[in-house]
Amino acid sequence: MSQIREQVDICVVGAGHAGCEAALACARMGLETVIFTVSVDSIALMPCNPNIGGSSKGHLVREVDALGGEMGKNIDKTFIQSKMLNRSKGPAVHSLRAQADKAEYTRSMRNILENQEHLTIKQAEVVALLSEEVSNEKKHVTGVQILTGAIYEAKAVVLCTGTYLNARCLCGEAITYTGPNGLQPANHLTDSLEKLGIRMRRFKTGTPARMDGRTLDYSKMEEQKGDERVVPFSFSTNAEDVQIDQVSCYLTYTNEKTHEIIRGNLDRSPIYAGVIEGTGPRYCPSIEDKVVKFADKERHQVFIEPEGLHTNEMYVGGMSSSLPEDVQLAMYRTVPGLEHCKIVRNAYAIEYDCIDPQQLYPTLQFKNIEGLFSGGQLNGSSGYEEAAAQGLLAGINAANYVRGKEQLIIDRSEGYLGVLVDDLVTKENFEPYRMMTSRAEYRLLLRQDNADLRLRKYGFQVGLITKEQYDSVLLKQKRIQEEIERLKHAMVGANKTVQDFLEAQGSAPLKTAASLAELICRPELTYETLAPLDQERKPLPDDVIEQVEIEIKYEGYIARQVRQVEQFHKMEKKKLPENMDYDDVGSLRLEARQKLKQFKPINVGQASRISGVSPSDISVLLVYLEHKLKKF
Amino acid sequence: MENETIAAIATPAGNGGIGIIRVSGEHAFSVVHPIYCNRKKEHTLLNYQTHTIHYGFICDGDDVVDEVMVSVMKAPHTYTTEHTVEINCHGGMFLMNRILSLVLANGARLAEPGEFTKRAFLNGRIDLSEAEAVMDILRSKNDLALKASMAQLKGSVSSKIKELRADILYEIAFIESALDDPEHISLDGYQEQLLPKIKHLSDECMSLIHSADQGKIIKEGIRTVIVGKPNAGKSSLLNLLLGEEKAIVTDIAGTTRDTLEESLMIGEIQLNIMDTAGIRDTQDKVEKIGVERAKSYAADADLIIYVVDSSAPLDENDEEIIHLLKNKKVIVLMNKSDLTSVITEDELKRAILTGLSDENGEKKNQIESYPAKDEKNEFVIIKTSTGSSSKTGMQDLEKQIHFMFMNGEISENSEVMITNIRHKEGLIEAHESLGQVMQSIISQMPEDFYSIDLMSAYASLGRIIGEEVEEDLVNEIFSKFCMGK
Repeated sequence: MSQIREQVDICVVGAGHAGCEAALACARMGLETVIFTVSVDSIALMPCNPNIGGSSKGHLVREVDALGGEMGKNIDKTFIQSKMLNRSKGPAVHSLRAQADKAEYTRSMRNILENQEHLTIKQAEVVALLSEEVSNEKKHVTGVQILTGAIYEAKAVVLCTGTYLNARCLCGEAITYTGPNGLQPANHLTDSLEKLGIRMRRFKTGTPARMDGRTLDYSKMEEQKGDERVVPFSFSTNAEDVQIDQVSCYLTYTNEKTHEIIRGNLDRSPIYAGVIEGTGPRYCPSIEDKVVKFADKERHQVFIEPEGLHTNEMYVGGMSSSLPEDVQLAMYRTVPGLEHCKIVRNAYAIEYDCIDPQQLYPTLQFKNIEGLFSGGQLNGSSGYEEAAAQGLLAGINAANYVRGKEQLIIDRSEGYLGVLVDDLVTKENFEPYRMMTSRAEYRLLLRQDNADLRLRKYGFQVGLITKEQYDSVLLKQKRIQEEIERLKHAMVGANKTVQDFLEAQGSAPLKTAASLAELICRPELTYETLAPLDQERKPLPDDVIEQVEIEIKYEGYIARQVRQVEQFHKMEKKKLPENMDYDDVGSLRLEARQKLKQFKPINVGQASRISGVSPSDISVLLVYLEHKLKKF
Repeated sequence: MENETIAAIATPAGNGGIGIIRVSGEHAFSVVHPIYCNRKKEHTLLNYQTHTIHYGFICDGDDVVDEVMVSVMKAPHTYTTEHTVEINCHGGMFLMNRILSLVLANGARLAEPGEFTKRAFLNGRIDLSEAEAVMDILRSKNDLALKASMAQLKGSVSSKIKELRADILYEIAFIESALDDPEHISLDGYQEQLLPKIKHLSDECMSLIHSADQGKIIKEGIRTVIVGKPNAGKSSLLNLLLGEEKAIVTDIAGTTRDTLEESLMIGEIQLNIMDTAGIRDTQDKVEKIGVERAKSYAADADLIIYVVDSSAPLDENDEEIIHLLKNKKVIVLMNKSDLTSVITEDELKRAILTGLSDENGEKKNQIESYPAKDEKNEFVIIKTSTGSSSKTGMQDLEKQIHFMFMNGEISENSEVMITNIRHKEGLIEAHESLGQVMQSIISQMPEDFYSIDLMSAYASLGRIIGEEVEEDLVNEIFSKFCMGK
């Protein structure tokens, strides 16, 4: 029997947000890449919320952009409203969120993929991974097979299958075996992965209903406008290009009537009736969850968000539900503005297979299968941004693997991407993992405004960022440092001009001379307001001024986190060899020994974050390592 | 490598004649320098030659804390191969702890158990063949220290710390949920509410620190309850304990209880004995009430001494008493073993074990490990009598208490004290972090800065009671605040 047999460098399975970033990275790094999707029309599909970014997710998009990914650029081209969240809070938690024109987003990303050199798009369902034994415990991947029988030989494979593996959608009592939006699921690949010894899990997530915008009464809702001055996601986008006419979102609330209907029909919810087996996320509770868990809350917010410019469909945020259709309609119609709503698409819950990500290195390569990488929802995460970030890292490392270059690891002190990946591969997650700002312990350093300063160097090293782009970051860095130094040494005396100026600004008079940096530290003063006192000031770009101001205002806090990071790095630097024999470490406790053998942490820092490994186990490990080091 | 300067008491616990506090690391000299004076009250430590020893004083400001000999040893010819100062002071836990606290306040960090040895090894001072031994030391010292630390933490202190942590976590979770979901949860007006709350938490930490300062955590002693049927010999036991030992005896009128608490020292351990005997003697016809009373004391006792009259058969009163012994450290005294015994040790053993295990199977381990020679030390039987041989019984009792609470080995090194200092360190850190939070609020920093220091406070307090941070916050956010789309 003859079949098509093709040879490429890298296969990317899935063309969602993870797959797109992975494939673009591989192709841009010069490797022949094929990206498989069950439907070319669903490339970079946004089957749930119509926005990109949000608290901590916005950070991820910035980081993807700094490393040379596409998500930030694509949303800058296709957004219809944009907001910087948390503006009244500290700079570390400012976060961009943009409403996308979903169809445009998909079309634009597809266009990028289609025109990318070295990249081929193939509509096909991948049914099996091909591999060879390397040793008893190790295999290496050799390619994929698609449903037609055709084989694509490859040196590396990146799995980005999202929620498609054995997907099952539940809408009240109606169950369909489909992927998101009724798309074709992938029903064969799980078996192949399990045959390779990969541990699988089943997760659940959901999406709310979409309504016909013409049937909603916006006069009963609060209008939510975008920012007057839009900040682009991408460091490469010209800020002037994103000052567009924006559309509005709307806010309304549930009420006691809504809650009554929900409580009266709980027995018909598949989750409460026990029909759903997957684990659902706590951060996207269905409206029935909210009503049950927070029974004392009189109302819950409902956000009505447009799905695009050329559609009437409106996304109903805050009311995802797996209740039957009739109940959904009844409950929606109790909400002000939704009294006459017509539902275009029902809310549904989706169950899917994903892997236990503890089988991955922080490079997103499987520990036991060389050349196999995995990113996105398949790794047990949730969200477009989390997916894109992992997809990019998995793609970069697949390409590095094929080129025989060192794997890229972003650690917890370098980016939310590092936190995301480390949490996924080290900790136990029982629900789809969502990025949260509270998960980043060094978040004062991991701001969305400095993602380029943190990560461009890696993008440049792997070849996704041009020399020119990187040089401009180096120049920015230099200007920031010089300006901070200058301000620390630029003194102003306690003379009348200065005192009058301070009084006018509502700031306390000086007792003795002070530096401009000291004045910037005052909450009521800024770099800009101090201009009249600063004769030497030369014009600087806004992004430089922003950094200067943050670094000076929060210097004490930032310095403390820098010290914590130094401590953290001590342990991250102590590598644990892949073939480490933990049975040879006499004094380890049994539990720690088993965990370490199973996890194969790459360094002592990661080992210390594994639950069940205690500080004294780490002490023992350090002594052992030193012992070995001296012996050989 | 890790160049933080560390310090600890290097001599065995207990009231020895001389104690040594060892300070090791890059800044060992500058840490001790400000607190050491020579005969002329001059700070001269930095001028000393290496490997010399000097007479002088440890001072806390103008106060002379102790008369000491100080050894100054420069790297690399020291135990750890780092700069080392050893303060030879007078023995006694209280004094040594005070000096150690001064050293810590001047920039040293409290050494982890076994850390001097670990450094000696990592710096190449100890031969490679000893690596195994070093690892074992680290292992056992850490485990013992942790256990001792937990054992020492009085129930009241630990529940106080848990309360403080729960309050702190709630505030962090609130801030974080608002940061994560600013459109659902607002922080408007939160600063004004938070300041008094943090002030309160900070004060609570301070009062715990004070109690630790006065040595209360150590000196609080072991809360001991003597239980037994009337005439089992409880009162004579108490008299025996108080009389024979010529111990420091004080009468502390319980502030919240209507009972007398007798305090006595056994070696370096203080026993606070709640005398439930009196209650029963005066109301002997309502035995049940006595048991009820004893029950409430027994519930928060650290140690229960169960006195059994071996000349009387076990009855339902004993059964009830045995129920009180659940999850407690227990010493069973078979009293009057000189008289005609009607119960044997085996019989008693069986009665107690069945009593403890009948409700669930959890106590099984204990049965297997009987006679509790293992590390659990929860239950032991001692035979005693009212006659001439009573002294032996008393000595057994003391030995047993010592073993249970000082954990044998542990009393022979410094871990017991260290763990107490460790508690204090944790409290001081938490207090400082809460101070930072207040500072941030006052200087109008944005709310996200509060949670950074609140988290540090939470972690510091967690170390005291041996709890990790892990997923606490994320769990708290989702359980207390309604988030998300």
